[in-house]
Amino acid sequence: MNKYVSTPVRKRDAMSLVTGQPVYTSDLLPAHCLTVKLLRSPHASAVIKNIRTETAKKVPGIACILTWEDVPNVRFTQAGQTYPEPSPYDRLILDRRIRCEGDPIAIVAGETQQAVDTALRLIKVEYEVLEPLLDFTKALDNPILVHPEDDFKALCDVGADNKRNLCSCGINQDGDIEAELADCDIVIDQTYHTLSNSQAMMETFRTFTQLDAFGRLQVTSSTQVPFHVRRILSNALQIPKNRIRVIKPRIGGGFGAKQSAVSEVFPAIVTLKTGRPAVIEYTRTESMTNGSPRHEMQIHIRLGADKDGTIRAIDLHTLSNAGAYGEHGPTTVGLSGHKSIPLYGSVQSYRFQWDVVYTNTMSGGAYRGYGATQGIFALESAVNELAAKLNIDPTVLRSKNMVKQGKVMPAYYGEMLNSCTLDKCMEKAKAMIEWDKKYPAQQLDNGHIRSVGVAMAMQGSAIANVDIGSAEIRLTDEGFYILLIGATDMGTGCDTILAQIAADCLDCDLEHITVQGVDTDVSPYDCGSYASSTTYLTGMAVIKTCEEIRAKILSQGAAMLNCEQENAEFDGAVVRNLKDGTSVALSEIGYVSLSGKYPVVQACVSHTSPVSPPPFMVGIAEIDLDPETGKVELVDYAAAVDCGTVINTNLARVQTEGGLVQAIGMTLTENIQYTKKGNLINHSFMQYKIPTRLDVGRIQVEFESSYEPTGPFGAKSIGELVINTPAPAITNAIYNATGLNFRSLPITSEQIAMGLLKKQTNG
Amino acid sequence: MQIELKLNGRSCKADISPDMRLFDFVRQQGCASVKCGCETSNCGLCTVWLDGTPVLSCSVLAVRANGKEVTTLEGLQAEAAEFGAFLADEGAEQCGYCSPGFIMNVLAMVRELKDPTEQEIQTYLAGNLCRCSGYQGQLRAIHRYLQTKQEASHE
Repeated sequence: MNKYVSTPVRKRDAMSLVTGQPVYTSDLLPAHCLTVKLLRSPHASAVIKNIRTETAKKVPGIACILTWEDVPNVRFTQAGQTYPEPSPYDRLILDRRIRCEGDPIAIVAGETQQAVDTALRLIKVEYEVLEPLLDFTKALDNPILVHPEDDFKALCDVGADNKRNLCSCGINQDGDIEAELADCDIVIDQTYHTLSNSQAMMETFRTFTQLDAFGRLQVTSSTQVPFHVRRILSNALQIPKNRIRVIKPRIGGGFGAKQSAVSEVFPAIVTLKTGRPAVIEYTRTESMTNGSPRHEMQIHIRLGADKDGTIRAIDLHTLSNAGAYGEHGPTTVGLSGHKSIPLYGSVQSYRFQWDVVYTNTMSGGAYRGYGATQGIFALESAVNELAAKLNIDPTVLRSKNMVKQGKVMPAYYGEMLNSCTLDKCMEKAKAMIEWDKKYPAQQLDNGHIRSVGVAMAMQGSAIANVDIGSAEIRLTDEGFYILLIGATDMGTGCDTILAQIAADCLDCDLEHITVQGVDTDVSPYDCGSYASSTTYLTGMAVIKTCEEIRAKILSQGAAMLNCEQENAEFDGAVVRNLKDGTSVALSEIGYVSLSGKYPVVQACVSHTSPVSPPPFMVGIAEIDLDPETGKVELVDYAAAVDCGTVINTNLARVQTEGGLVQAIGMTLTENIQYTKKGNLINHSFMQYKIPTRLDVGRIQVEFESSYEPTGPFGAKSIGELVINTPAPAITNAIYNATGLNFRSLPITSEQIAMGLLKKQTNG
Repeated sequence: MQIELKLNGRSCKADISPDMRLFDFVRQQGCASVKCGCETSNCGLCTVWLDGTPVLSCSVLAVRANGKEVTTLEGLQAEAAEFGAFLADEGAEQCGYCSPGFIMNVLAMVRELKDPTEQEIQTYLAGNLCRCSGYQGQLRAIHRYLQTKQEASHE
């Protein structure tokens, strides 16, 4: 019986976090650490003609100033992905060519912030300012090239062609899409648009570096991908990986932002050049202008159906804006189709095409949902438009067409769906919000309109055959365990969740398992925490490791009891001779195992999965819309989630609530606007409005667990899935209140009020 | 310039630059619980008390604290642990980066408001941003904390 799995265990680090202990990157700085800041370009596109640093270098306390002439001239990618990375090698640490506002011009390191600030002001740069390419819909084959260089390199065949501004392109299809669409009674043909939202994790990007006693580069960083950071630094700095050690302390949120090595290279090169410890802490503005936001996407859909509501064909084209560099460009776009189209099991034919283009806007990255969010907004909105055209309840339309357990999913890499309770999620979410009573809308006495809207979502659980999770467990001489993992807890709680799994597998108290987070010198290799992989993949690695160490404990215990293994049993505390009842305690086994008489009791197992089982959910929004002002208030949100077995009931709930609220911001308030010159306007929390606690109403979360046979205790993923329903569900609720279809995010009050005014005027 | 103040009950003299922020001062004094999440007074992470009133230490000059009493979470460890346990039991601390500033404001709220309504709680804490939790678990923790405190006071 499970003692810890499926219970609300408190996070192991919770009390040190809530009492404010010094456990984050900036709290752990070594003495006499140099402050590193970057001189950034005010222009979106330019070439550095001349740069003069002599005066700046004379500022007292300045340790070094580096420009493009001082860094290796070898391109790399900041994307934290398994080698060979699909993201092109298109970036230098410092480049003469400026490709977006904020591109670094010089790295300045000094004893104090004041000295560095003074030096930054004294660097003189002469730019040849070029016309920027800002409109991603005009980027392909535009005469303005973002990456004209000849040493641009794509390691994988992702369809990149820098001489066409193309970061990636491709096509997947099944069946004859044109014939199928031609045969449909109705085709919804629309285009949807989402922006490059900022993750806005509370801790901005930050890293400190130092040389250890052996002269190796030691990097302490707020990262989701320590092992990838080691390779990225090796590529960027042109030093061997064995000269680099990466340590992950506690992280103040990531949401995918820290799946790119955004800040690591700068202090690292300062430490290599000066031999001194160095730290960089991004400002909020830097995090927002030169971070790794969601990819802006324009998605064109043709959705074909019969009059009775049978969805037969989906033709989806995604145009994604890589921005200035290609981090995660070729891969995020894939999810816009691969993790939206398979929601509809009724589809007879599909086609998914994509183009990812370079522009002189900020470079994209990984953000929770990773393209699925954008694709699901588009497809679910199109399905809601279809329901309205056919005058069918959108929940009924979905129940008729949704994918079911046991189906092979042609649009999802041909995988078989082994676990799915999407149908139950729909029924549950409808009951939670009282859909049948409230759909579509009701007029209130104060003139406001109450309405509801619905959407479904899916994601994956790790990248099949690519992602690797590992765990190592050591039995200590006192009979407790040390669990070493390479997966990165970024507040999500994986250090606790993996210990829960281990404790149940080893039949011991949770307190008997000490978890050590990531240190690339010590931890077993793990690709890191992204792609909704940690619980599903590293969780399985933990189970396998436990099985192996249990066998070793039993073997040694039996030997110590002078009996055959078949006649011995390990109950978590002792190994017992079943014949004579004698036993030996785990602490004794641990102690003796270190005496040289027996093999050391430890195990290390890696795990990869040939499939990526999708979790599913249904989200229903209830809004209060004021037609006079266009203001939308979220009254209630019902989320019914199938993430397989829930390992930690509290943490899964909070993940869901947090993901929903992030997406509410994306839908209603989080705007990205550029000036005509390509300068970002929404670069602080003043202009980029993330939800406060006043902006969210009630949120209800329920789980409809399926059992995933390939997951630990039947678990699938949850972290990313939960950000995918609010945009289409709220958009649907706004339609049900106003009759207006919005196809571009965010949907602001002004747009709604103006839309209603226009509708009135046009009669 | 010279300032003299009380930091978490301890007398403290320092020679500071006139433009030093209170945020930088308290961190320099070892109060690592105080975090910075923005530069625009929007996030609430850097909340400390100045003579018992919550302020954003990123927007207050250290010199303003001259002759006053500054409190950070380091000076409220028992209370932080007491309320923090409720937060932890919801799993709502998540990454924990906003927790100290948030808890400073919660503890100020329970001193200032008697039996606050849900609306009063949400309004009082509106300036404390959190990107992980979606705020729901924080609210559940506050309700349970207030309820427990009330039950204790009735006994």
